[in-house]
This record gives sequence, structure tokens and C-alpha cells, in this order.
Amino acid sequence: MFDVEVIRKDFPILSRQVHGVPLVYLDSANTSQKPQVVLDSLTDYYTRHNANVARAVHTLGSEATMLFEGARDKVARFINAPRRDEVIFTKNSSEALNLVAYTLSNATTTPGAERFRVGPGDNIVVTEMEHHSNIVPWQLLAQRTGAEFRYIPIDDEGRLVESLIDERVDERTKVLAFVHQSNALGTVNNVEGLVTRAKAVGALTVIDASQSAPHRPLDVQSLGADFVAFTGHKLYGPTGVGVLWGRYELLADLPPFLGGGEMIETVDMSGTTFAAPPHRFEAGTPMIAEAVGLGTAIDYLTAIGMDQVQTHEAQLTAYALDALAQVPALRVIGPSTPVDRGATISFTIKGIHPHDVSQLLDEQGIAVRAGHHCARPVCLRYGIPATTRASFGIYTTTSEIDTLVAGVIKVQEMFS
Amino acid sequence: MSVNMDSMYQQIILDHYKHPNHRGELADFDAEVHHVNPTCGDEVTLRIRVADGEIADLGWTGEGCSISQASTSVMSDLVVGSSVTDALQLQEKFLQLMQSQGHNDLAEDETEALEDAIAFEGVSKYPARVKCALLGWMAMKSAVASATGAGDKP
Repeated sequence: MFDVEVIRKDFPILSRQVHGVPLVYLDSANTSQKPQVVLDSLTDYYTRHNANVARAVHTLGSEATMLFEGARDKVARFINAPRRDEVIFTKNSSEALNLVAYTLSNATTTPGAERFRVGPGDNIVVTEMEHHSNIVPWQLLAQRTGAEFRYIPIDDEGRLVESLIDERVDERTKVLAFVHQSNALGTVNNVEGLVTRAKAVGALTVIDASQSAPHRPLDVQSLGADFVAFTGHKLYGPTGVGVLWGRYELLADLPPFLGGGEMIETVDMSGTTFAAPPHRFEAGTPMIAEAVGLGTAIDYLTAIGMDQVQTHEAQLTAYALDALAQVPALRVIGPSTPVDRGATISFTIKGIHPHDVSQLLDEQGIAVRAGHHCARPVCLRYGIPATTRASFGIYTTTSEIDTLVAGVIKVQEMFS
Repeated sequence: MSVNMDSMYQQIILDHYKHPNHRGELADFDAEVHHVNPTCGDEVTLRIRVADGEIADLGWTGEGCSISQASTSVMSDLVVGSSVTDALQLQEKFLQLMQSQGHNDLAEDETEALEDAIAFEGVSKYPARVKCALLGWMAMKSAVASATGAGDKP
């Protein structure tokens, strides 16, 4: 049985005070807080097992390797990956997405990787609601290769204009990269429709699941995409670890991203051959403790049940949308109904800048984010400089949402 | 809501935000500058007229957060009618206050000279917002430089 009060006890930071009042943490889309078990696993790793992985033959080296590779197994099960070696550890989602973009351009000079080549006349498609991390790597890839950079626009409700998908994604589309759940709008995209169109034209699909992995069951096989990226620190794990999942048959033919230790098969001064995936894409000493911590976070979430998490957050989202709708002069930027949207709600308040709203909420102990949320095209689309964003997690309560609404009304009174 | 004494948002700041002074476009001016603060997307366009070494008039338009808009209003009140030298000295003091990280170490007479601008002391504790408070002051400084030709000479 999902009991939010029991869950809250697992997160020590939630009991602290800010400005003399209890912390109300509504910034989980930015980064989540960490349960005690994750903190303990970091300490345990460094206290008892610390060594480098995949090279030391001593006992600690074996233990560290087992823990690190064990974390890979946990990730693979969590996302229902067909193979464990399809899971690549990166430092975050940005690096995971860049990994795909850079290996694609590295393919232009790699024999055997012809099918990945992107060049003049080809195009790369994203959506208007992407985080900068799923825009900029593709703009750079377009710049390096001479391909065209395109996007699918969004409508007034923060949904993709589906009627334009077939036009923007055409026979020359090499990559369709899109967000599963928007970090700025909360919109959950219709993955099936996008993937089906991309497959029909032979384009690779890349899903940014940074904002969906923490909030709903994630099954890479049912998503049907070629690559899925997410980050550990939003998934109740440590910072510094992210994941790229990719289809093995694609990873097997892609050239490396970064060169260095542990990504090679053999090296001599005339050339190098490369390790098989996933190690081909993990140059250098990886984020061992962080990966272990992420594995623990996944165990923690699995014990709760991701379907339970999804149900809890769907209730919070519906509750918050109703409550915020009662606030005069407040405009939700993004879907106004809880259908196909996640627990991240952006809003503006007439006459008060989002930075003033968030700073004054902070003075009441309420942590929200203000700004363009690294999705500046979204703000441009709606003609606003920024939004205030409240985002929820497994430990968020309806009473915290009440505190937010009361806090917003207080801010309005100050400015009236 | 009563204003918390520790709040960054002193009543003076809110008053200036709601009723800004010297807001408007000057028809007769020696220099115009446009400054932007990318953090909040704050913007200010400021025109200045300098006569006999004094800031004879100043007018500004802009939009953004309350800190940027109120600070520009307070700055305008302080420098209009004062000598260019005094205005730039005051700007230095305000900059020092904003860099104090919440520990104002200005002398008592310097603090007094800042008048209403001292209300922004609390902003200095928030590095992300310091640029908001400085926006109008930096615009004034570059407008003065431009009007007096100080910045133009090789």
C-alpha cells in the first residue's frame, strides 16, 4: 500500500527547515531528493568496496566491478531492456544524447557505419518542447554534417501539432529525437505515433526520458524507439550518472564516442580496435559509486512499484491543476487537464515576474523553479520571459500543494 | 501579508515597483543605452541628458522582475540633479553593497548616501539576483560614459 507519509520518512532532507519553516520541496523535475538507502549505499561503497572496476584483480576490485555491473543489471530490468549490454552509463541525459549525436557524425568516416551517415539533403527532427539538451546536440550535428535541422511545433495547450508530423518527418529524416514528458510543460507525448512515423521513413528514434523515468513504468521494448536517455539524479539517485539505452544491433555498428581506457580491444601505435558495447562507449574510469547508488534507487522504486508512483502522481497532478485553477490571474502553461501530462506544472501570474514569485515562495519555505527551464523555445512560443514551475515526486503531498497555493496568493497580496 | 524583516522584498522595493519614478522616454537626450539581464530576461532602455557636469535628466523604460525595475527607479531618484562625479561614486557604493553577500561594510555616511537604495542590501545574499539590482545602475554608468565621451576616446 502506497503511503506517502511512510515514504517521506525515507528522505532525511524533507524534515529540514528553510527560513524557519518546514521545507516544501516542489522542484523534483530539477532534481529529486535522495532516500537514506541511496545515501547509505554511497557510504557503504566507499567505506567497504572502493576500487577501480574491470581491471583490478584483487578482492576489492572484484567487489567494485560486481557492484557496478550489478547496477547495470538493475537498470536493464527497470527499463525492460532485452540485453544488459544495451545499457550504457553516462554522466547524465545530456551526455547520453550527445553520445548518440557524436557517434552518428563519427560514423561519417568509419568504414562499416555507412548506414548511420547524416549529410547534406538529410534532416534531423526534434520538437519545439525539447530541453536544450535535446536541441543543441542535434543543431551541432546538423552543423557538422550539413543536414537540415527541423522541429515539430507545439499548440496553445502545449501539445505537439500532430498534423505536421508527417510533413516534418519525411523520407530524408535520419533522426527523430523527442521528449517523452516535457520538463517545461508536463506534456506526455504520443510515443507510438512518433515512432511509427519515424520507422515508416527509416529514421532513427531517440527518446529523452529524463522526466518520465522517475514518474511512470518505463519499458524500452514497448516504447519501440532506438535510443532512450535518462538521468539518475531525477530518479532519486546521485548526480553524475545517467543512462543511454540503445538497440544492440545499432550499438554494435556505431563507432566510439570518447576514446580512452576500457573502451578498447587492442591498442598499438598504428591503430586501435574497440571493445563491444556497452564498454565501447564508456571511456575512462566510470562513475562507480554513483552507478551503485542509482542501482539502489532503482531497488527502492521497484519495491514501491512504479505503477503506484504513477497513480500517486496522477492524483497530485489532478489535485494541483484544480487548486491552481482557483487562483485568479494564474495561467497554466501546458496542458490544463491531467490527461497525458505529468506532475510538472508551469504557470505565470499576471503582473509578477516568475523570479519574484519563486523568491517569495522560497521565503515561505517553498522550493520551486523559475526561468525558462532550459527549454527557451517554449517560452518564446508563448511570448513569456519565464515561468514558475512546481514539480512533484513520490514524497509530495496534497497538503504541500495547498501550501503552494496559499503561498502564491500571499505573493499576489504583496504585489496588489 | 506583512513584510518579513528578513525578506529581500522590503516595502520600499515593492512601492518603487508599483510606482516607478522617472519612467518614460526623454525627448531631449545625449545618450541612450539598452541593457539586458539574461537571468530574468530583465531589460532597461535608459536615456540621459548631461549639462554642466550634472545629470540634468534621466528617463527609462523597461520590463522585468521587481528588483530590476524598482532598483532602476531608486537609482533615478538618487542621480537626477546630482553631479556626474557624485552619481558615479554612488554607483560604486551600490556595486560594493551588492557584492557584500549580506555583510554591508560601507561606512555610515556612505550607507546614508545610498538612501532608499540601501533597501536592496538583502539582494546581495542572492547571487542570482544581484544582476537584477545592478541593471539600472550599470545602464546609468554606461549612459554617462557615452554622454560625456569618456568611453569613446582611444
